[in-house]
Amino acid sequence: MTDALLKPIVTADNLSRDYDVGGGMFSKPQTLSAVAGASFSVLPGKTLAIVGESGCGKSTLARLVTMIETPTGGTLSIGGRAVTPSDWSSLRSVVQIVFQNPYGSLNLRHRVGYIIEEPLIINRPDMPKAERVARVREIMQLVGMRPEHYDRYPHMFSGGQRQRIAIARALVLEPKLLVLDEPVSALDLSIQSQILNLLIDLQERLDLAYLFISHDLSVVRHVADDVIVMYLGRAVESGSKEEVFSNPRHPYTKALLSATPKADPRGTSTRIRLQGELPSPLNIPPGCPFAERCWKVQDKCRAERPALDGDHHKAACFFPEGAAEASAPVASAPVA
Amino acid sequence: MSDPTPLLRIRNLSVDFTTSSGLFRAVDGIDLDVASGELLAIVGESGSGKSVSMLAVMGLLPWTAKITADEITFDGTDLRNLSGPARRRLIGRDMAMIFQEPMSSLNPCFTIGFQLKEALRQHLGLNARDRHARAIELLEMVGMPDPERRLKAFPFQLSGGMNQRVMIAMAIACRPRLLIADEPTTALDVTIQAQILDLLTGLQNDTGMTLILITHDMGVVAETAERVCVQYAGQKVEDQPVIDLFDHPYHPYTAALLAALPERATERRLPTIPGTVPGAFDRPTGCLFSPRCRFADDTCRGTQPPVQPPALGRARCHYPIGATTPQKVTQ
Repeated sequence: MTDALLKPIVTADNLSRDYDVGGGMFSKPQTLSAVAGASFSVLPGKTLAIVGESGCGKSTLARLVTMIETPTGGTLSIGGRAVTPSDWSSLRSVVQIVFQNPYGSLNLRHRVGYIIEEPLIINRPDMPKAERVARVREIMQLVGMRPEHYDRYPHMFSGGQRQRIAIARALVLEPKLLVLDEPVSALDLSIQSQILNLLIDLQERLDLAYLFISHDLSVVRHVADDVIVMYLGRAVESGSKEEVFSNPRHPYTKALLSATPKADPRGTSTRIRLQGELPSPLNIPPGCPFAERCWKVQDKCRAERPALDGDHHKAACFFPEGAAEASAPVASAPVA
Repeated sequence: MSDPTPLLRIRNLSVDFTTSSGLFRAVDGIDLDVASGELLAIVGESGSGKSVSMLAVMGLLPWTAKITADEITFDGTDLRNLSGPARRRLIGRDMAMIFQEPMSSLNPCFTIGFQLKEALRQHLGLNARDRHARAIELLEMVGMPDPERRLKAFPFQLSGGMNQRVMIAMAIACRPRLLIADEPTTALDVTIQAQILDLLTGLQNDTGMTLILITHDMGVVAETAERVCVQYAGQKVEDQPVIDLFDHPYHPYTAALLAALPERATERRLPTIPGTVPGAFDRPTGCLFSPRCRFADDTCRGTQPPVQPPALGRARCHYPIGATTPQKVTQ
């Protein structure tokens, strides 16, 4: 396998980000742990997907990896070197990001050509103008835009075309890792497939690594190589796509998979009925964060926090699925 | 159309918006029959007119909209020329609607209880004690924990899923016969989406109300609907029971949409639909889907397609897929 020989582009080791919130006149400031102890690495040409519901910290993780936010704990290494904020400006051309909403992420007052050129003006000040323009035109062709689009404004484009502009802008600095923060969530189904195909093509041609952040499990299943499932700022399961989707070990992953509607009207409805909602991230229970909603919760789950355990397919659960039959009096999932 | 007296009957409904650059046709000649107790899904991409057509039925469109229809009747009542007071007696009582964003549909300045009881006071004329009892009963019905205390809560104190439950409680407060749910779960997470969809279908089962579910999510359609209408660029292009639609789509657009689902993909590259939905200025003269359709020929580009019979999914297409008529396969 060549995988072992490849050096990861980005490695996160126990990466954390806390925010201090509140602290009005009479209240004590509280600490909100948005991402706690995230560890992963991304190899060239591979896609690591981060999935989870809103508030699970997946976008904060994207901002940490893109060096928009400073981590409050742990280390981020790019190209084998630990990153400090003083390296940020030189390393940003290695990691670029595409945001969810192409209606908000493009400056409406600039022409498409300038939007794509701007990163070059900032990061490659020595590059002659003619070379910059040639590079922009090359990138536009790469993402499937026509040359006459160069002088147009973003409002003249549909959502899918705008997302192409955002991808072109991210690629113009020739990054090695592209962070895709819900890149197709704002797009219609017929456009979504065009953008997903573009991303797959670009990955093959440029050997790009993707950190693909999404809540849509059917999209993740299509594009990812490895998957991390997050819940309340913590990874609860990680492994290869096949392992996580066909043999989920954490009850939350299992519930998430079963809750995703399947486009098959004959499908037998074996939806796991989760009780309650996500607890407040300010008030994460001391034990397993999923304990309150879990159908196989035991006293141990409420008292101790399970660690992310396993060789390659890891799960943070004391009673993981598929292994628990013998050990504990486990309740079966409440099926709707 | 098998049902002799549908609850909602729409014939040739069109909605035009006056914009600075002329008229924009958002809904184009929709015919629809919804039987009592049915669970119908209207599916389409953004700009397909699925919300606007239902807002037109409810009379909730702004004055810039020009609504024309040969017929819009709800249970025998003509909705086209209803006076304001008469419409207000009907809307919220016999027909109700819930919207995509629960956070922006609720008034942030008033408590959940006040907003819930407002509908009860307006439509049912209950006294304060009965209103309070009914409000608690409604919150219990939608699975709200601790309803008595939640009546005093403001919308910002509740999560998105809980606010959507409040919206549903408000909509069903007067036991409507028709509930239109416009993307009720799009703003919610999947585990909460599953709870809300279970709640809506459960309520529909228990009360026998008619439910029209507007969505863009084929997964939601497959798991909840009985019958599906597919809309494209303001027109209804197909209308079939859900199983038949997924097994055998007759309109090329429906077929392409289903093929574009990542979970149906057999290869790494997904099948795509080239191009985009036509706008106000590049509206084709013939079939609206013809510029993106791989089966299109000169007939498609030149003349508007007919609506096929129910056996062919009521597809608005010259050459429905799999029809016995000679079909163009040369691309």
